[in-house]
Amino acid sequence: MSAGGADDSMSAEGADDRTSATLPDGVERRRFDGRERFATRGEPVYGEPQDADGWRAWDAGRSKLGAMLELGMDTDLDGEDRVLYLGAASGTTVSHVADFAGPTYAVEFAPRPTRDLLSVAEPRPNLFPLLKDARKPETYAHVVESDLDCLIQDVATRGQATVALRNRRFLAPDGRLLAAIKARSEDVLDEPESVFEGALDELRKGYEILETKRLDRFHDDHLAIVAKPRAESELDAPAEQ
Amino acid sequence: MSGSNPEQTGWFTDIDPKDIEAAANAISEGTADQPKNWPAKAIESGFANDEDGYYEALHEATVHATREAVTAQETSDDQQLQYSIAAMDDVERTANELAERLAEWAGSLVEGSAQEERAAEDLGGVDGARAVAAWTPQSPAEGRAVSLADRIVDLDDERAALRTFVETHAPEVAPNLAAMAGPVLAARLLSLAGGLESLAKKPAGTVQVLGAEDALFAHLRGRGSSPKHGVIFTHEYVRGTHPENRGSAARAFAGKLAIAARIDHYSGEFKQSVHDDLDERIATIREREAGQ
Repeated sequence: MSAGGADDSMSAEGADDRTSATLPDGVERRRFDGRERFATRGEPVYGEPQDADGWRAWDAGRSKLGAMLELGMDTDLDGEDRVLYLGAASGTTVSHVADFAGPTYAVEFAPRPTRDLLSVAEPRPNLFPLLKDARKPETYAHVVESDLDCLIQDVATRGQATVALRNRRFLAPDGRLLAAIKARSEDVLDEPESVFEGALDELRKGYEILETKRLDRFHDDHLAIVAKPRAESELDAPAEQ
Repeated sequence: MSGSNPEQTGWFTDIDPKDIEAAANAISEGTADQPKNWPAKAIESGFANDEDGYYEALHEATVHATREAVTAQETSDDQQLQYSIAAMDDVERTANELAERLAEWAGSLVEGSAQEERAAEDLGGVDGARAVAAWTPQSPAEGRAVSLADRIVDLDDERAALRTFVETHAPEVAPNLAAMAGPVLAARLLSLAGGLESLAKKPAGTVQVLGAEDALFAHLRGRGSSPKHGVIFTHEYVRGTHPENRGSAARAFAGKLAIAARIDHYSGEFKQSVHDDLDERIATIREREAGQ
């Protein structure tokens, strides 16, 4: 490992894995202030740097999905994907998603950040904001369509794995779950490692885990997970609760 | 869960595409157990001509519905009360901080001044700012100092006005809680819990330590003893009880506060008996110290 500790990835694969996964259409590496960063094209949202061609930098330190891309995880995201985003908060990350994806449903529970999410959604015709509780998918299943390509989850609540299981109903059989599990939301005292183990065990009731990576370089005590839904026939226990 | 939507239909069912209010209402209030290919169904039913038209209508309806829901929650009385108490605390802290700066500055202008109303002992705190505001400035620098003093006085007046607002509005939002805790402490409890509904859903043990989160988590990590009280310490029932019995008083007080919040949230009626129960319980606890 090099001396530049901050640049070392948490995984054993090291820095080379940045290039291993392909970027979705609409996400590019661009230079901002002499540094190469991910960027999408759209209306600026949070004071992020922009270049002359209308690209705006995607700050991995403020976005767990941005960090997943930065760490080279294979998200299987594609331009024009249909996406359900749980825990949209002020819309920092979901703004980038809506820039490259197709129809994007953004669910957030707290009114104050949703106020900001609305200004992000207004100029983006493919972004649909919903003030709903991600633990209760039946309150938005009459709006969000089925067979989505991607379920992105970043909710700070207890039972994050349960939220992912309950929202599995929106995913296409070959869709992907991209989740950031926050250890402190589950249990402030327990070691993150054991919290993550518990969450993964729970998730396996409805998903096949494809890849996990700690996001500590960008976000403390977070585990990023890429998973795909298990077929209905191979489930050993009903995932819906 | 699907009681209101037995046919499991999409939000657009039986909605006139031009009626944005009805569409927003369907987004907010509707339910379904399972998602379906709603764009295809909407086109099938004639709600939209094509996918683009459907998504356009969906965007308009979701933005409208979400804006209405956010506004309703953000302008609710208990939310406004939370903003007021937060503003009151900020204004007070800022006024005190500026008053400290002013006291330093004005202190340098007292010596050698011929003006009799300038006295070093008057400086310090917001009252000091009121004294300096009455000075007649003799130089441009003094002009700035006196002007700063004026702003501090204004801030202090705003703090008082905010406090009056909290005192008149807390009883409207939560009559039992405000009567039991006093309006300012009631507003603080609402603010710490994140609203009347979440306060009403909290167990008494949590209400007891609201505002003492640092101490509580230090205790849970094995450092330090468990906190006996959080922000409720400011109330006479806790602070005025002998330290030996303060834990009991805090527990009894928090228990009744939790009940008061539930009455306020679920019924809203003033209920005298819960207040009498508390008075009696606190008197019993304080008997112990008298007896010793």
